[in-house]
Amino acid sequence: MKTGLLWLPFLAFALLFGVVAYGLRAPADRLIHSKMVGKDLPAFSLPAIIKTKPGLDTAAFKQGKPRLLNVFASWCIPCIAEAPQLMRLKAMGVPIDAVAIRDTGPAIQGFLSRNGDPYERIGDDKISQVQLSLGSSGVPETFVIDGQGKIVLQHIGDIREEDIPELLAALQGAK
Amino acid sequence: MSLLHTTRHAGLVPASIVPRELRPVRVRNDGPRNKSGVTMGIVLGLFLAAPAAADSGLPPAALANTQLRDPALEAKAQALMVTLRCVVCQGQSIADSDADLAGDMRAMVRQRILAGETPASIRRWMVERYGDYVTYDPPLSAVTAPLWIAPILLLAIGGWLARGSFKRRRRA
Repeated sequence: MKTGLLWLPFLAFALLFGVVAYGLRAPADRLIHSKMVGKDLPAFSLPAIIKTKPGLDTAAFKQGKPRLLNVFASWCIPCIAEAPQLMRLKAMGVPIDAVAIRDTGPAIQGFLSRNGDPYERIGDDKISQVQLSLGSSGVPETFVIDGQGKIVLQHIGDIREEDIPELLAALQGAK
Repeated sequence: MSLLHTTRHAGLVPASIVPRELRPVRVRNDGPRNKSGVTMGIVLGLFLAAPAAADSGLPPAALANTQLRDPALEAKAQALMVTLRCVVCQGQSIADSDADLAGDMRAMVRQRILAGETPASIRRWMVERYGDYVTYDPPLSAVTAPLWIAPILLLAIGGWLARGSFKRRRRA
């Protein structure tokens, strides 16, 4: 009994050592995953940011067909990187809407003419209210919304070529 | 703002990235290469190169950096803001952070306090979206329980050990 107790501090140390070693080896996930995945899109209504495109509201996502909701900004560099992939998705027939974060009409116009325009609607979110209500922590982020307005998937960061299959699968599954 | 491992997300990119090019200013090409001119060019380049933008150019939201008129309401908002985590910087509260999104979160908090919402309800709204991660005052759950239980447990073990050693001393 007594010799068994003698090992206790050592075992406690070994346990602590194990926890620390595991923590050091496991890569840290610094991404903040939205807790809104699996829930209904929060109700919002954003005005248009450019004249040629309508603004965006929740009703647009309740038309029975899954859509992408892209959170982006003209001042965001990874958004330029993902633009070709969004154009690819558009060419595949995926409907894409967007929320422009802290942006202006002329800046968005310039961004779209430089990088292509994959969007059907763009909502103007000047003070990030809709971004916050989505549980999004930066730009770009892309949400897959099913035909009934439920958030199915959140993609954090720019969409790369290798991310396309996952998005397509989520869109397919959301029908 | 801490430098994080990924640059895939503008929310995680520090405000100033290393300038894209440090092109030296063209030097007069007379005689042997003018070494100090090149150095000058690089130094000039360092000053002239614009950092890549990772923040918007828009002015902060109305209540981001403006206190509420009513000191009692402002105190309420402030108390909440120091316990909400900035989701961009991740190591700072939204009261401390200069990030655009933190400013927008402050504006939202003040707006809602002004509208009569309770701090608890605003915190709940944030936690619903970002998880417990967003609050510096985490609720008791299966994950946080060890934090509360461990000190009590250690204190109990300490008491038990102390009792044992006092007993031995009495016997001696």
